[in-house]
Amino acid sequence: MKFTEEHEWLMDEDGVVTVGITAHAAEQLGDIVFVELPEIGAQVTKDDEIVVIESVKAASDILAPIDGEIVEVNAAIVDEPGKVNEDPQGEGWFFRIKPSDPGQMADYMDEAAYQSFIG
Amino acid sequence: MSDLRQTPLTALHRDLGAKMVAFAGYDMPVQYKAGVMKEHLHTRSGAGLFDVSHMGQVLIRHEAGYGGAARALEALVPVSLLGLGEKRQRYGFFTNDQGGILDDLMITNRGDHLLLVINAACKQTDIALMEKGLPDCEVAPVTDRALLALQGPRAEEVLAPIAAGCEIMKFLDTGIFTSDYGELWVSRSGYTGEDGYEISVPEAEAERLARDLLAHAAVAPIGLGARDSLRLEAGLCLYGQDIDTDTSPVEAGLSWAIQSVRRRGGDREGGFPGADRILDELENGVARCRVGLCPDGRAPMREGSELFAAKEGGEAIGRITSGGFGPSLGVPVSMGYVPASHATAGTMLYGEVRGRRMPVTVSELPFVPANFKR
Repeated sequence: MKFTEEHEWLMDEDGVVTVGITAHAAEQLGDIVFVELPEIGAQVTKDDEIVVIESVKAASDILAPIDGEIVEVNAAIVDEPGKVNEDPQGEGWFFRIKPSDPGQMADYMDEAAYQSFIG
Repeated sequence: MSDLRQTPLTALHRDLGAKMVAFAGYDMPVQYKAGVMKEHLHTRSGAGLFDVSHMGQVLIRHEAGYGGAARALEALVPVSLLGLGEKRQRYGFFTNDQGGILDDLMITNRGDHLLLVINAACKQTDIALMEKGLPDCEVAPVTDRALLALQGPRAEEVLAPIAAGCEIMKFLDTGIFTSDYGELWVSRSGYTGEDGYEISVPEAEAERLARDLLAHAAVAPIGLGARDSLRLEAGLCLYGQDIDTDTSPVEAGLSWAIQSVRRRGGDREGGFPGADRILDELENGVARCRVGLCPDGRAPMREGSELFAAKEGGEAIGRITSGGFGPSLGVPVSMGYVPASHATAGTMLYGEVRGRRMPVTVSELPFVPANFKR
């Protein structure tokens, strides 16, 4: 699993990357009450704002961590946004993306580096 | 690290694992470990304990006693204070010459003087206003007391062993109780839409009282985050958002707080700042008013979102002043100002969220019925 400074995690499984937010991010955001996901098939570019989440406190954008095509989204968290708080690094995943440049993954932190980043 | 002021309970908040934020110059808990959603729901089902010590408590005295002080303060607020019974409390607001609202407050008749509770952010300006506007009164800020709010359907059973007799109080009754925590100034009121109490306690006893209240199984600590969602569901105004110097009490839907004795034809008609506008609006209506707004989807519509009459085209007709998720309802709720022509419950409008106009329906307030002990 890789981590971004925007508090996303990325897990590469057979060339498809699953993306979500970290437990730290979910805790900081508080209870999540609304999630808007990208369309399946959308071509996205790194740093595009492709997900909107609203917690009881505020709205936040989630950025595309890499370039690629959205191949799957987690509709369950649209119906039950609380799943993101319950299991942010598991059942609360956001979308799956097929990278157009898998090399972009190399820029991101491993778990130890992320833990020291959030300190 | 900062110039934020502390309350007598700051150490307790940190002990309880609160997330602290700056609010009106104070270091205040926005939430505890349970989080906003659970804290909100707990308050509606059990009892929530809030630190509201940042709010101002002020005593107003006059040599002629309560009547003198009440008559003097009526020059600054459009409510009847001479008509307020002993040990009773009433909601009111300071108005300016343009009929806008300078602050909203709670006023208690304490027999021979008044006790006011004012908003933290307005404390200095309110006190200056009263020092200037009440030259024959003593305006005495209370600086050695904390203020707690215990809110929710189980508040009575929690407080009764501590302030014997508080259980027979009704909504907006007040009393002074001798207790193990010194003299408690208790009112049966709050700002959540629930039954409950506000408790003024000597600051040296505040933490012990708070810890003893929290030891009760029904009580959980509640932060400002849930305080905001609770008052929003209850349709209550937040000063600085839903009401300010640009909104009149009539526009804000607060006409109920202006008793007939202060209105046209009343024995003490007018005589407060902005009376011309406010009395005229009471008779002839207003061009815009505060309404409840229910977004159609799950996306909250927050403060600042503009409102439109149509899905496309046209100028904004209004604006959302408070909005968020209503945990008791499980849906987003908002309040805002719209033209009177668009204020009927059921009217469909559009609120702009992230550049898109989303449907929103005008609704009656409050969203959650009040649960006061009348």
